[in-house]
Amino acid sequence: MVNLKKDSLIIANKKFNSRLIVGTGKYKSMTECAKAIKLSGAEIVTVAVRRVNISDKKKPLLMDYIDPKKITYLPNTAGCFNSKEALRTLRLAREIGGWKLVKLEVLGDKKNLFPDMIETLKSTEVLAKEGFKVMVYCNDDPLMAKRLENSGADAIMPLAAPIGSGLGIQNKINIQIIRKQTKLPLIIDAGLGQASDATIAMELGCDGVLVNTAIAKAKKPFEMALAFKNAVIAGRQSFKSGRIDKILMGNPSSPSKGII
Amino acid sequence: MKKIKKIKIKINGKIKSIKQDSNLSEVLKNLKIPLNKVAIELNEEIIDKKKINKINLNKNDKIEIVHFIGGG
Repeated sequence: MVNLKKDSLIIANKKFNSRLIVGTGKYKSMTECAKAIKLSGAEIVTVAVRRVNISDKKKPLLMDYIDPKKITYLPNTAGCFNSKEALRTLRLAREIGGWKLVKLEVLGDKKNLFPDMIETLKSTEVLAKEGFKVMVYCNDDPLMAKRLENSGADAIMPLAAPIGSGLGIQNKINIQIIRKQTKLPLIIDAGLGQASDATIAMELGCDGVLVNTAIAKAKKPFEMALAFKNAVIAGRQSFKSGRIDKILMGNPSSPSKGII
Repeated sequence: MKKIKKIKIKINGKIKSIKQDSNLSEVLKNLKIPLNKVAIELNEEIIDKKKINKINLNKNDKIEIVHFIGGG
């Protein structure tokens, strides 16, 4: 029996039992979001930093639905298109309540939402020097992943496909190369569409996956949250079990000896 | 009766009229801002929330108050 309880995900010296990180955007309501997170078993959730609505004081607050004492908030820089904006956002996030573990995401194109890796790299260096623990959304480029690691990143988070596209992992080889070269937590972030995509990511040796749209926009978000939870566990278990070699021809499962 | 002088400042992009010599703490209190759930910038500089009652506001000051919302 594989004891998955001991197989913790460690990010910046913090231990997590769940390898599924979920986003809190795009849900119909805060209640739906909170329930989906509970069902997913996620212990880390990404959150965005935005202006307080000063004219509507009754608007529900995320913190009233998801307790930051129980679930680790991972503030992100979604919507930032340069290093200056990203740094400003994360410094503010830290100020809200001492958050040091952050997700850096500097986008370069409003249509495909690919990361601007030059700005991302610059920001990683500054944030690491300021004591942040930076989980970095990046392209699936092994060379850039290496540079991020050398710049002080705490986790490498390559995309599977464009954010919100639901296309699943497009470049398995690159992900495998990144896996081979880094001991940092490797988390697939963005582009997953269904639970099996998460299983594939885990079977490639990734340490976790980050999912938002695929759960929030599924026809049945609660069921999908559960499906992703199980898919991540299945993928991790499969990876740890050591798969068989691939061969071209058939190999019978029943012995040929004793055939009547 | 003395007329209370007012000044205009910007909060989260919106122009607000406040009493002259107001401090940041009073303004945030009037807006019922839950201090433990927000971060505050004054003219693009992050403010230490413990010091807000010592910060007096001036004409055309820009305040940003941010919090966490749902995001991916």
